[in-house]
Amino acid sequence: MNVVLVLLTTVPLLGAAVALLGHQRATETVTALLGAGSFGLAIVLMPHVSHGALQFGFLRADAVSVVFLLGTTFLYAAASIYAIGYLRSDPENTDPSGYSRRFYLGLNLFAWSMMCAPLVDGLALLWVAVEITTVVSALLVAADRTDSAAEASWKYVLLASAGLGLGLLATIVMYYAGSTTLGQSFDLAFGPLLKAGHALPHTAVQLAFVLSIVGFGTKVGLFPVHTWLPDAHSEAPTPVSALLSGSLLAVSFYAILRYYQVAVGTLGPRFSGTVMLVFGVLSLLLAALYLIEQRNVKRLLAYSSVEHMGILAIGVSFGAPIAMAGVLLHVIAHAAAKGNAFFGAGVLVRKYGTKDIAAIRSGLDVLPWTAPLFLFGILALSAFPPFGIFRSEFQIVAGGLGSGTHLPAVVLVGLVTLAFFGLSIATTRMVYTPGGGQALLRGEPSGWMVAPMVAGILVLLLLGIHPPEALAALLHQGALELGGAS
Amino acid sequence: MAPTVTPPGTYAGVANVLAVLVLLSEFAMLRAALLRAQMRLYAAQSLLVSVLAAVVAWGRDVPELYVLAALSLALKVVVVPWVVMRQLRQTRTEIAGSGVLGVASEVLVAVVVAVLAFFATSRFHIASPALPTTALGLAVAVIAVSFVLMIVRRDVVSQAVGFFSLENGVSLASLVVAAGLPLILEVAFLFDLLVAVVVFGVLMRVHHRRARSLSTEHLTKLRG
Repeated sequence: MNVVLVLLTTVPLLGAAVALLGHQRATETVTALLGAGSFGLAIVLMPHVSHGALQFGFLRADAVSVVFLLGTTFLYAAASIYAIGYLRSDPENTDPSGYSRRFYLGLNLFAWSMMCAPLVDGLALLWVAVEITTVVSALLVAADRTDSAAEASWKYVLLASAGLGLGLLATIVMYYAGSTTLGQSFDLAFGPLLKAGHALPHTAVQLAFVLSIVGFGTKVGLFPVHTWLPDAHSEAPTPVSALLSGSLLAVSFYAILRYYQVAVGTLGPRFSGTVMLVFGVLSLLLAALYLIEQRNVKRLLAYSSVEHMGILAIGVSFGAPIAMAGVLLHVIAHAAAKGNAFFGAGVLVRKYGTKDIAAIRSGLDVLPWTAPLFLFGILALSAFPPFGIFRSEFQIVAGGLGSGTHLPAVVLVGLVTLAFFGLSIATTRMVYTPGGGQALLRGEPSGWMVAPMVAGILVLLLLGIHPPEALAALLHQGALELGGAS
Repeated sequence: MAPTVTPPGTYAGVANVLAVLVLLSEFAMLRAALLRAQMRLYAAQSLLVSVLAAVVAWGRDVPELYVLAALSLALKVVVVPWVVMRQLRQTRTEIAGSGVLGVASEVLVAVVVAVLAFFATSRFHIASPALPTTALGLAVAVIAVSFVLMIVRRDVVSQAVGFFSLENGVSLASLVVAAGLPLILEVAFLFDLLVAVVVFGVLMRVHHRRARSLSTEHLTKLRG
């Protein structure tokens, strides 16, 4: 299995190298194949981590990291297929070969950094990987070279880097905490840190945990450090928006989860849970309110990401194993659903030539495939059965009620319903409301843009109706690891 | 907390003086009006941090820190300022945009923030064998003031310098509490910083090309 670990952390670099050569067809093909291959490798890894962690040099995979890897590689595959249609159908592209070169170079490097983050062993390397995701994605956000893209990328790189500065401080404080018990040769590897448990100094771990939530939370998009998120998501090229929302936020959340694991081992679930709950509820509240009066379709989806990251944080704060399994399932399901929603929105934006929700009307008449798929994607995001997010949110709420934290569970359900109103009102307007007077030809811009959405819906149905045995075992093991029994 | 009565030795004295100088250079950045001066102050601050690393290496006999000191000298005192200065020469801009507040109020705010950060840190009782704990408080004060710098300044160069000096503050903190951090990780951090600097440079150029200035005052299109 060591081969798989090494392949997963090197393969996307091949795509970046091919992109550098500048042959567009070859790059498209190689990137799509690498994406699909990576997803396959992540699936292969699943049964091997369901009973314990794999370790190879400074690479390490356990159930939690493979869950995040599944979400990231799925979106890598989907986005690289979608990108073929996205780049070919771009009417405003004056320099197609230069743009595609920059774009694919960035896309492959971005996917590479996000696949490395969950696979490296230790908080220090994790920080390095997350910082690389920031700088690569900041360049991708600026790829369209418009005024708004320049503004969004500057805000993003500055805020995220400042946040990660605090993340680095968290890493160093955690090193201090570890070195007091584990000696100076300690290198922040997860294994020894998790085993040390109670022996770590409490104040230092508390400090590191709070710093990590504020620091990495900047990239997760937790309130009040979420402000870069809607800008970057709305101005990035659509395949990148999907990766940002479905994978990047999740990978940063993975970093917080690692600190959470250590904090629970040292301090018990109470302190860490309360901190997560406060950040989660505030993020969810803010997102639900912003969703109601949103005019830009991509910003709408960006706030929905803030909402879902809030749900993840609340789910973790419940601490019950079923809620933890729900959180991990939510990560995968959210990647698929948010990918679908962004892909659908990207087609709408391409077809109508605007991101303004008010200008997009009667989608069903114009886009026979995308409009229903987009609608299903939004329903999946709003936790409608039979899609995967329904199952995951159900588990989270069940875990909350079961562990006696009734009020937060009720607040969660209430705010998710509020967010559903915002999302559904905007979506039904775009899809069903007739008129607009635009004489647009009925038809899809590109079949390549529809295929990944079909795949996304199938994954969401599978997760919702009957998750495979191997996945259930993986989630079970992941919940155990997060509960402090590693 | 019970104060230790022993007066600080030469080592602790030198270390504290260096840490205080790092904080003072952060304050100087806050009021530097020329972009060039801004970068020079950053180089000087990085130099101070590198020297402090060498002092710790010598005083506490941690030979890896000599390597770290040399690397941080090469990267943060020479390469990073050179990269940014080159960008600046292309944009032909000399003077940083005015801050949101006047210089006096900026410094006042920064003083309050720094004092808060310094005393808050002492509440954590984090003791370290490498450096006196005072240096940790100073490091956190540097980080806090660098946030003030990023918030009140309205041009991309000052904001970027704010982030770079934030990293200097974290380096200072890591000398206090993580002097034994394996060298390979320190090197990884430094090279990460270098990549970040290059990206900051590229985005500064993108910004300059779109906005025809280094000011961030017009970055108000994306809201809500």
